[in-house]
Amino acid sequence: MTIAAIVVAVILVLGLAYIYNSLVSLNQRAVEAWSDITVQLKRRYDLIPNLVNAVKGYAKHESGVFDNVTKARANTLNPATPEEAGKAEGDFQKTMKSLFAVAEDYPDLKASQNFQDLQAELTDTEDKIQASRRFYNGVVRDFNIKRKVFPTNIFAGILGFKEDKQFFELDEASNAAVQDPVDVKF
Amino acid sequence: MYSNIASNKRKTFFMMFVFVLFVSGLIWLLNRYYIGGNNYVFYGGLIGASIYVLITYFSGAKMALALNGAKEIEKRDNPRLYRMVENLAITNGMPTPKVYIIDDPAANAFATGRDPSNSAVAVTTGILELMNDTELEGVLAHELAHIKNYDIRVSMVAFALTVVISLLADIILRMTIFSNRDRDNNALFLVLGLAAAVLAPIIAAMIQSAISRQREYLADASGVLTTRYPEGLASALEKLESNSTVVKRQNTSTAHLFFANPLKKGGIRGLFSTHPPIEDRVARLQKMGDHA
Repeated sequence: MTIAAIVVAVILVLGLAYIYNSLVSLNQRAVEAWSDITVQLKRRYDLIPNLVNAVKGYAKHESGVFDNVTKARANTLNPATPEEAGKAEGDFQKTMKSLFAVAEDYPDLKASQNFQDLQAELTDTEDKIQASRRFYNGVVRDFNIKRKVFPTNIFAGILGFKEDKQFFELDEASNAAVQDPVDVKF
Repeated sequence: MYSNIASNKRKTFFMMFVFVLFVSGLIWLLNRYYIGGNNYVFYGGLIGASIYVLITYFSGAKMALALNGAKEIEKRDNPRLYRMVENLAITNGMPTPKVYIIDDPAANAFATGRDPSNSAVAVTTGILELMNDTELEGVLAHELAHIKNYDIRVSMVAFALTVVISLLADIILRMTIFSNRDRDNNALFLVLGLAAAVLAPIIAAMIQSAISRQREYLADASGVLTTRYPEGLASALEKLESNSTVVKRQNTSTAHLFFANPLKKGGIRGLFSTHPPIEDRVARLQKMGDHA
């Protein structure tokens, strides 16, 4: 009888340890994936001043547009939650749209090699940001599934994993801005 | 997916272990009945086989790449290809593999290496010309899936070890046929020779099991999971089917590494094929597209 009780207890403890460890590792992976997004965002962050300066060289008077871009750019880098990130991203895309609208009026600017290189670089960086977000969402999906399936769902709360992780999503308005992105014409 | 990776790692270890065992056993037999009971030869064989296995493990990828005439490129050499690989690697959350180009008009691609941090993808110039961006992305995602699943490790080791085993089998077979020794030894070598003859198909089967067709389907599926666009890979496969030029440098030992079968079509191809038929792969992809 006591032996049976000990066996059950050992199995229970091992099971709990397994559940806890897998949740911890998935959680850690999500944290890492999130920081990977930041790495890519930093790349874009460093790229924007060059782009702004390139446009500035042709259209000095549009200072309002440049200010907006710079402000929105600052907010994209260190968002606390995926929700904030989505909002910051939406705002940023809107200001970028107006920046490119300005550029549109200057054929010389559009034809310049520097500007075209920057645009190509930006497109690539945007692709990379998107890729890293997709990876993050994939990890979050795995974490949330793990948290919800039986028997993990019974213990997840007790073990300190009370909530699902948030996916990265764009809100309605930002979604529209991203869905209808800046025309990059060459 | 993760159990699949674990099984691949196990399989590699098992293959390497069996290889060392097999080669040293062979040398022990040869030594005992042919050269005449000198233990040092046996130990030498054991150490030699172990060293070969280790060399294979650490530089088999380079061997496979060199054998297929692949040249490493940097970002500026082909930004389109390089960026695609880079972005897919980010989506998979793995380090960017080295990128190689094979100067060959046939459309094909393969991945090799021992783990995601030490891996490479190689594509032919033919595939770069033939495919549009979404198709190429589908193919590359498939190759990256092989890397992520550790399929590359199994296939690399399988490739390098089978080369040696078939060589040894060949040597023994010849020794049997041309042996002028007395009857005692002849009987033994007849057995050994037969064993060698039997071995060849087993080697083929070994590659088969290591690089099973199931794995190709799996890489198709997880590649599509990365791109979220089954149609891209499906149309890439269809293009390959209608444009199957065979690879210039044909090499049976690396055939199983490739995206599509690089060898000439023939009657025996169906039996010992390392790849499932393309129509079948396309059908499965289209099913995925319907469900999405």
